[in-house]
Amino acid sequence: MANKRVIIDPITRIEGHLRIEVEVDENNVIQNAFSSATLWRGLETIVKNRDPRDAGFLLQRICGVCTYSHYKAGIEAVEDALGITPPLNAQLVRSLMNQALFMHDHCVHFYHLHGLDWVDVVSALSADPAKASKEAFKYTKYPVATGENDLKLAQERVKTFVEKGQLGPFANAYWGHETFKLTPEQNLIALSHYLKALEIQRTAAQLLAIFGGKQPHPQSLSVGGVTCIMDLLDPSRMGEFLTKYKEVANFLEHAYIADVKMAGAAYATEPSVTAQAGTMNFMAHDLIQLNKKEFLFSSGIILDGDLSKVHPINENLITEEATHSWYSDNEPLHPYEGKTNPEYTGFKDRMTINGHSKEELSKSLDETAKYSWIKSPRYDGKVMEVGPLASMLVSYACGNEKIKKIIDEFLAETGLPTAALFTTLGRTAARALQTKAIIDNGMETFNTLIENLKVDQETCAPYLIDNEREYTGRFIGDVPRGTLSHWVRIKEGVIQNYQVVVPSTWNAGPMDAKGQHGPYESNLIGLKVKDISKPLEIIRVVHSFDPCIACAVHVMDLKGNELGTYKVDPVYGSSC
Amino acid sequence: MQNRGLEEKLSKRLEELSKQQGIDSTKSIQSILDAKGFSRREFMAWAGAMTAMLMLPASFTPLVARAAELSDRLPIIWLHMAECTGCSESLLRTDAPTVDSLIFDYISLEYHETLMAAAGWQAEENLENAIEKYKGRYILMVEGAIPSGEESMYLTIGAHGTSGEVSAKKASENAAAIFAIGTCSSFGGVQAAYPNPTNAHPLSDVTNKVVINVPGCPPSEKNIVGTLLHFILYGTLPALDAYNRPKWAYGQRIHDMCERRGHFDAGEFVENFGDDGAKKGYCLYKMGCKGPYTFNNCSKNKFNQHTSWPIQSGHGCLGCSEPNFWDTMGPFEEPVADKIYNTVFGGVGADATADKVGIGILTATALGIAAHAVLSKIKNPQEGEE
Repeated sequence: MANKRVIIDPITRIEGHLRIEVEVDENNVIQNAFSSATLWRGLETIVKNRDPRDAGFLLQRICGVCTYSHYKAGIEAVEDALGITPPLNAQLVRSLMNQALFMHDHCVHFYHLHGLDWVDVVSALSADPAKASKEAFKYTKYPVATGENDLKLAQERVKTFVEKGQLGPFANAYWGHETFKLTPEQNLIALSHYLKALEIQRTAAQLLAIFGGKQPHPQSLSVGGVTCIMDLLDPSRMGEFLTKYKEVANFLEHAYIADVKMAGAAYATEPSVTAQAGTMNFMAHDLIQLNKKEFLFSSGIILDGDLSKVHPINENLITEEATHSWYSDNEPLHPYEGKTNPEYTGFKDRMTINGHSKEELSKSLDETAKYSWIKSPRYDGKVMEVGPLASMLVSYACGNEKIKKIIDEFLAETGLPTAALFTTLGRTAARALQTKAIIDNGMETFNTLIENLKVDQETCAPYLIDNEREYTGRFIGDVPRGTLSHWVRIKEGVIQNYQVVVPSTWNAGPMDAKGQHGPYESNLIGLKVKDISKPLEIIRVVHSFDPCIACAVHVMDLKGNELGTYKVDPVYGSSC
Repeated sequence: MQNRGLEEKLSKRLEELSKQQGIDSTKSIQSILDAKGFSRREFMAWAGAMTAMLMLPASFTPLVARAAELSDRLPIIWLHMAECTGCSESLLRTDAPTVDSLIFDYISLEYHETLMAAAGWQAEENLENAIEKYKGRYILMVEGAIPSGEESMYLTIGAHGTSGEVSAKKASENAAAIFAIGTCSSFGGVQAAYPNPTNAHPLSDVTNKVVINVPGCPPSEKNIVGTLLHFILYGTLPALDAYNRPKWAYGQRIHDMCERRGHFDAGEFVENFGDDGAKKGYCLYKMGCKGPYTFNNCSKNKFNQHTSWPIQSGHGCLGCSEPNFWDTMGPFEEPVADKIYNTVFGGVGADATADKVGIGILTATALGIAAHAVLSKIKNPQEGEE
């Protein structure tokens, strides 16, 4: 029997427009998988010829979820080009804002984007709230929003949704799917946290807005430093930050991380989330400045899942290609000669299996040609996974004590082997553990800032842009979804060229010329799907990467420049 | 007298709404309020605040409360076009006053790709069903600009490769009201900035129905929720300005309500970020603040439950709720009069000014005043219409 083709478009509960297409054999095992971004916006083209000081603001609009990541990267790439080191106060405030972003982003991802892949909302309705309330104590000493009354209330709220047959955002999902593994009581705990997290995410956003002016799209970073000096000099404002930080951290510790432990135990034997990762190469950059010098997470590369060795990153080995991407220029061209050439070739008519298990004529990806707006970034020709899992693994392999402790404790508590980290489940757990590392250590940044403000109130470094000179610079560092880099060239006082290489590009990219699949694709191949008209297993794997597709399609190399045309330090930093 | 006429109209509208079949007849907003620990008094206080925000007389408070109670009649379809999801994120922030989140519970969010549990075929089915089932009754909210014409395939959604343009048009046809949420959907936004490589257009360019624009990058959570509530009350479109923005939210200049306005009038300016003026909260005009050219209620309502707003955090306004602001307001950290590019207001360049600061202020103030006068004078066709 011939393989069957299945399209999942839109992949919902992500940022952006993503399509996944798979081919399954007669046993519903995925034989081939293709990931396609179906939107192109072209912001790198738009940022050209503009004031370099505006780059951060414009590129921030790449994504409203990663709202701070591209802003900071855009500002810091220009600072790097102009040779500016922002004052320590500015560095620390930026780090605190970054922590607030991680706390917000990882929490919203787990509950509101990824959560419904693990939690069966309908099953929660048959739970015994009293029993569930006791169950919550198994995963933390101080559970949040799981008193019997809280759970009853959550249950009733959702019950009204279900009973009226008007499910709103919960309609037509995969409730009752065989691969849901939590008990009704556990589902109810998570459901209560889903609702509570809607409230907490507002507080986490306020945390960023205290220094940022607003969230999404904060506005207090400027080339040279930060502008929020009045907030920094106002002790009540600092107190507000501290209090809200603790409030959010409390929820993350006693709800989010506890729920991940609960899910870890329940899903430990579910094959669709415990198969070995399709890509065993991981790349991460340092992240979260704690004081003048130290960063919380380490940089480096792990190859073939070998945790005994961490390789340093050589930026010159990063390449991009568009063999299967909707762009025509693939050859390196001089910036003045390059052309902006999206080359959209569209879909191919094909019969696929629809949501009622019937064949339906569809617009399908043509994997023999171009099939995505995302390019395929490679490191030394190799596929790399980036993101919280990569960050935690690299730090672990580096012997970073702060991280090692957290991972070892998690493995001991859940009884999972180290190999469990290299899985879909491990990827989701790593995000929670990264959050824990931040809330356990982030206050050091705050305290360093307070100490420094006593003796130094500088927040912005002075600089001049010489219109006669040409500048090149880049930002490279990890953000919530993995390694992000922005590359800028400034000439005659305006941006001459700009490139963004984004985490979701590393993970969501299509095949390369050698036929190597990107991480989304390779992690789907070999996966067995119970019912291809309800592909929950696929959605769960894809969500574990926290796709951010508006970001990913900005791997624009429209001028055909290779990253190597930038003069970069061949070996960036040390590996550990 | 005018108020009485309006009041009668609103009462009639609410009467009609209450006769419509509710999505759920078993629960009342009162029971939810009780469950959430809100007293009736707190709810009425919220309604009072909302009434003030909508610039209605205080006597309308009971009607606002009634409107909130009836809002579960409203199915919402939210489409994502060429966008960044920042507007959806802003919607999620809605909280202050706290019962805003209840209002959210009380609309029926039929389709919203960021939040909905269903995916793929099932998600598409939800959209089709909602359009069919609530024909002429749902509110369409669109986030993002729309790649159009030959470039429309730069955005496709669904297994049939439907373009965003086709999908937005189709959903517009049977909507009771259409809100363009955010600057992208209202005016094209960042992807439509020069050279607009994807031929991105505002929603109002692809449908012939009336579109209410709720711009901002992103608009505050209050402007999104407030616009919704305004519709429930009136059953018609709100008074709009020349750019189809609700006047209650976009009727005033940022500059006029700004907490730093006193310093502008006194000629006290921040000269460099982080200088003594910055520490004292001086005016950011010389650092490029576009508050004098921008119509929005940020200076009054702020963001994230009144936590802050850009000018409070020491940075000038970008002018993000104005059409084409990416091309007309940049560079963002220079006063308009100092810019070196020929983009704004016919290209008032640095070369044109000897004394940048002095003339800059004069130019800006004059332009601001002129812009305000023009915008206020244009009579909106919706106004006075029965």
